[in-house]
Parts: sequence; C-alpha cells; structure tokens
Amino acid sequence: MTDNEMAVSTRDEIHTDAATTSDTAINPLEGVTVLDLGQFLSAPSATLRLADLGARVIKVERPGTGDICRKLYISNCVIDTDSSLFHAINRNKESVAIDLKQSTSKPIIERLMRKANIMVVNYRPGVAKRLGVDYESARSINPRIVYGEITGYGTRGPWVQRPGQDLLAQALSGICWLNGNADQPPTPMGLSVGDLFAGQHLVQGILAGLFRARREGVGAYVQVNLLESLLDAQFEVFTTYLNDGRREPVRSSINNANPFIDAPYGIYSTKDGYLALAMVPIPTLGKLIGCEKLLSYTDPSDGHLKRDEIKQIVAQHLLTEPTAHWLSILESADVWCSDVYTWDKLMSTQAFKSLDMVQTVRRRNGVTLQTTCCPIVIDGTRPTSSVAAPTVGQDDIAILGR
Amino acid sequence: MKPLEGILVLEFCQYLAGPSATLRLADLGARVIKIERPKTGDGSRHLILEGCVSDGDGVNFHNINRNKESVAFNTKDPHDLALVKRLVAQADVLVEGFRPGVMDRMGLGYDDVRTMNPRIVYASISGYGALSPWAHKPGQDLLVQSLSGLAWLNGNDEQPPMPFALSVADSYTGVHAAEGILACLVRRELTGRGGRVEVSLLASVIDLQFEVVTTYLNDGHKRPHRSTFNNAHAYLAAPYGIYQTADGYIALAMGSVAHLGELLGSAKVASYTNENEWFTRRDEIKHAIQDVLKNETTVHWTGILEKADYWCSDVYTWEQLMASDAFKALDFLQDVSRDSKQPLLTTRCPITFAGEPREDSRPAPRLGESTQKIIDEFHLEEREEVAAQ
Repeated sequence: MTDNEMAVSTRDEIHTDAATTSDTAINPLEGVTVLDLGQFLSAPSATLRLADLGARVIKVERPGTGDICRKLYISNCVIDTDSSLFHAINRNKESVAIDLKQSTSKPIIERLMRKANIMVVNYRPGVAKRLGVDYESARSINPRIVYGEITGYGTRGPWVQRPGQDLLAQALSGICWLNGNADQPPTPMGLSVGDLFAGQHLVQGILAGLFRARREGVGAYVQVNLLESLLDAQFEVFTTYLNDGRREPVRSSINNANPFIDAPYGIYSTKDGYLALAMVPIPTLGKLIGCEKLLSYTDPSDGHLKRDEIKQIVAQHLLTEPTAHWLSILESADVWCSDVYTWDKLMSTQAFKSLDMVQTVRRRNGVTLQTTCCPIVIDGTRPTSSVAAPTVGQDDIAILGR
Repeated sequence: MKPLEGILVLEFCQYLAGPSATLRLADLGARVIKIERPKTGDGSRHLILEGCVSDGDGVNFHNINRNKESVAFNTKDPHDLALVKRLVAQADVLVEGFRPGVMDRMGLGYDDVRTMNPRIVYASISGYGALSPWAHKPGQDLLVQSLSGLAWLNGNDEQPPMPFALSVADSYTGVHAAEGILACLVRRELTGRGGRVEVSLLASVIDLQFEVVTTYLNDGHKRPHRSTFNNAHAYLAAPYGIYQTADGYIALAMGSVAHLGELLGSAKVASYTNENEWFTRRDEIKHAIQDVLKNETTVHWTGILEKADYWCSDVYTWEQLMASDAFKALDFLQDVSRDSKQPLLTTRCPITFAGEPREDSRPAPRLGESTQKIIDEFHLEEREEVAAQ
C-alpha cells in the first residue's frame, strides 16, 4: 500500500522540482492532483479544464458501470463502448474504480484525499457525507484541500433535494423566457448551459482557492449551483429587469435574438441562406440595403418601440438578394453583420484552422477519436494532450496497486 | 481573507467580455483598476437597455463594473502613457480587449510589458484569435454565434438558425479569460514568473459546444437536427423539452417515454416502447405528449410525476422565481447603488466559499474618479523611484 501512495505522490514531487529549477515553460497546473468524484457534465467539465491547464485528474468511478455518462449515447455515436459525450468531457483523465459504499474502500479513498490538492463532487446534498467524502471528512485528512461542490439549487431552501438537472434548472431560472420567438412556449437554450456555466464557475473558485492555498496554506470549500450560475449568465438582462420596474422580457415575434436589444438585432433569411445583423441605426441600414420603408424610422427609440415591425420589414427585404450581396454592401460600410455558418462551413475556413481547436486523442488500446481543445492559449501555445478518456478503473494498478 | 487579496489587476477593456473577467477577479478579492479614456470611458457606460440609467451610467455598466476603481488616461498623450506604463510595471495582472496590434502600437504589447514586469500575467481577449484571417472582423457576440454553428442548435427546425438569446459568447469568453489568469497566478507562486493568456470569442463558443462538436467530429459529420416542435436540445430524445399545460408550462428532462405514458395515463404515449424510436420518432412522440399535457394543470402533472421521481419541473418567469422561498434562500441579490436614494439591485458572485463571509460589492466607479489617488498611491509621477524598482 505504501507503493500506491508513492504512485500518487511521485509526480507532484518531480514537477515541483522541475518548476523551481527550470526556466522552461510548464503548464500552469503541473504538479496539481485532482480527484473527480463527479458524474455527467457539470463537475467533470470543471475537472476537464483543470486537466487542460496541466493538472493530473483522477476520476473515482463505481466499479463496473462507472460514470453514467458513459452510456448516454447521442447520434448513435459509440466509441469503444463509451458515448461521444463521455469522451469529450473526460479526455486527459485517469480512472480508478472504487465502491465508496463499501467500508473497505474507506482507507483507499482517504489515502487519495490526503494526496490530492483538489477534489470535486456533484452529489445531491447529504450524499457526500454518507459516503465519507464531504468537505469535513476531506479537511480532517487534508486541511489544505480545495474542495469544489456543484449542486442544483444550493444547500439551503426547499429545492435542495430536487434533481439538479440542466433543463429543469433552466426552466426555473427564467432563461427560457428570453429564448425563441414570442409565439413559442418558453424555449430552453439548445445546450446544457446550466451545467456548463456552473462547471466553469467552479473552476474559477477552485483556482482562486488553490492560489490562496499555495500562499497561505489554507484549504477552501467552494460551492456553486446551477441556478445561480444560470442567473449569472443572465446577469445583464436580469439586472435590467430588477431596475426597470420589473417588466418581464418580451421576446421578438420574428427572429428573436435578445429581447433587450433593439431592431434589427437577429438572424434573417436571405434569397440563398442567412444573414446576422447586429446593432445598426435603422435609416442607415435602410439606405444601404435600398429599403425605403426603413428610412422613416428616424427616431432613435423606434428600434426599441417598433422592434418587431421594423424586423418584419428587414426580413421581407433581405429575402430579395443572396447573402453575399448583402455582405458586400454592409461590410464595406462597416456595419456589424456576418454570414451564418454550419459546422461544415466553419471547419472549412482558414479562420477555424488558425484556431487549432481540434485534436486527436488515443486510448491505450489504440482507439482514436477527434475532439476539441482547451479554449485558453497559454504562453502562446494551445494546450493539447493525446490522452483519451479512460476506461473504468484503467489506472487501478498504477494508483491503487491492485 | 479573500482568495485573491493583494492582487492588482489592470483592465484595458470595455463592454462585456473583458470586464466580466475582471469582475470575477474582483469578486474573488483582487483589486481591479479600469483604465478608461477621458470623457467617454467604457462604451457600456452609454449602452442603455430599456432606458435603465443610474447616476449617469447605464445600469449594466454598474453591474459589470461593481467593485472596481477607474482612472482616466489618454494613452495617445505621451505623459499619460508614461503614467500608465509605470502602473503596469507594478501590476500582477493586465487584461486587454483591443483588436490585435493596438496594445503593441502603444508600447504595451506583451513583450514590452514582460520586459518591464516579468511577474505579470497578461491576458488578451479577441474575437477570433490574433493570427486569424478574421482578426479584423468585429468581435461581436451575435456575429460570433452565427459563425460558430451555435445558432443551428437553438429554436425549432423550421425556423432560421436562432442565436442563444444572451451574450453567451462574451460571457463564456470572459469566464475562460479569468480561468487562464488564475491558473497562471497559481503557477507564479511556484515559479515566480508571469504568463500569457489568450482567449477568443470563437474558441470559447466552440468550447461551449464541445460535447456536440465532438459527436459531430466522430459520427461522420452528421448535421444536428433541431426538433420541429418545442426544441430543447438537438441531440436528445423525447420527451426532453418544455410543454404547454392547461394553465402554463412543464419541463420534462430525460426519461422513459413508455413510463411517462403510464404516469400520464396515455395508452398512446405508453405504446412507444422501443427506446431507439424516442429519438428517431422524437417529434411525433412529443406531439403525442403535448396532446395529453394540455388537458390538465401544471400542478396536476408535476404532482403525479414528482411522486414517481420522474424528472420534471414547472417553468418560471423571473417574477415567479423571485417569489419562491428557494430563491430567497440563495440570498443572491445585492444593492450596488452609488447613493442610497435609489437602490440598484444586481446579482452576486455565483461562487461561494462556505464558512467565509460574503460581503456586498462596492458600487461601480464614476469615470476617472480615482485618477489622482492612483497617481499618488503608486507614485506614478515620480520617475526615479519607479526606475529604481
């Protein structure tokens, strides 16, 4: 068992040495060890970012099935028995299989907690305590640990036991009343933005806690929840609501893009495709695209008060010519506009290639897949790693010695 | 003690992406100074939504810039520029959001600044990346969403591509900038050296889509298909979505369609027992579910479904949310008005450090209100002293 401890700690020590003796650039979180007890998207997306930035991330999974996300298949996309989602979220991580409900697991998880700098969970409130992996247990073993927790609705109040699921949190956060057209039911954002923002907020809190741990030698218990993160994502428009007499947002009846922004803001159909138009004075737009009806909207408040009427006119007019025609006119007048791309189109552009956002990762059995990279460039280099998501317990021998 | 106490951040940004990154650093305890141009300042001071103004600045300027200080310097004036450089020499973090090349022309590019201050963490926020052939394009939120493929995930299938109805590109990029900065500060504690952080709206919006883009990259580049009816997620099967009831709405997350049919007492919905069809016949199934749900109230359905632990929820407006005890329990609002005459309510930082006090923010600064104070405090007029550092 002592050997196992070595396995976890060696890397820390090596990299600590390297960091203090070498001038060469190192990944920002080199030498940091993270225990990821999370499942699905929110917490694992947080540890993914820590891995991108150089941390060693060890997933603690239940033996056999592991993270339930492994089986959440979409688009019939199964890669070496795991879902494409699982692969995307868990690249560049290791995995140990530990049944936290077994009392024999206690010394094993405690040893890992002692060696970890960071630990992340996304259980419903109360579960971590039952399993002996709550903050108090972790701190009693490792006072400097930075412990991150994601819940659905916080740790107090009547909703704490509700399922912290993305769509349900979106439904309660008011965000669905911003999205889609006025004649549609409240429309959720077409991605799990609650999970995603909460995961990123957790990264911010954890990194701030880790910074302080290095300076001051103290740990931290960082908490985020889906509901607050969704409100933070809406903080501009929600703050407007709080201070404008609490008028509920009114979505546009046509091509809604942001209920708080004036016409013509939105995406429009053209003769052969689409055109996105951001902020531009209405008469200026009318003159440029040769639409006489728009010239009379000279009052600056028209864009707000007559938003949908104006957008209707713009929509009718833009149908008369192809996207390239409108772009050539508007771009040369420095109007904020653009084509609207699919992923196919985007990925065929030099602009996409210059970002260098796609990498190939490989499992130990040779299976490869393509996925995205870290969105943050550090010291002029986009961090990459060819390590694919782990199989359940693939690192048991190296880390646990069994 | 807050985590970032003692860290000095200089912000050369306006609008949302950059200022939201430094707002988070301020929330976490850093001292943030906005470097603004005299007279006009940050453009968001003048960006007024719904006529919402407080003490001369747009309300959103207040909430994005709470807890910060402001100095007004004209960087085109050599004297002011020299003062700015002396301040940069003493900072821990610099965040800039100019188009690529602008900071270099002022002598404030990364290589210049690193020479003055090797410990600095220098972050740049751009629309498309400094080396992009699109580097000259406006890095505006809606345009980046439109180019990133994101709009094809949102709204219903027969609609044009629908942007996410928020500035998610700006917000997410700001989050990533703060992460990169924090990671470099962590490293600096070991190495003593600063670092360079670059984020772009386009890369961040691709990261926002990373799960489904990865699926697309490995499923033979199949295009996403939004649901034709009540779309909620292009890749998820029925019943995922929001439905109308007799008196409002209900959200249904992932679950068995057949089980749902039993719970709703609908033989038709219950007849969809083949799990594969929940995706391939998604729209037809969703219509069948809608036909049942519209007959009874939201409370009726949530009562039945919650008892069976079926993932569902009412759908709230902000007003309904704020009336709930759950919202009150979060204690998530604060007043950041400059004077107490007219309250200016906004949200708090969504990150809590349990067991540590959560303080109210200071209000957002008036343009240049700390210029002289900062000149004195950091000895910006005293050339020799700075040169000696």
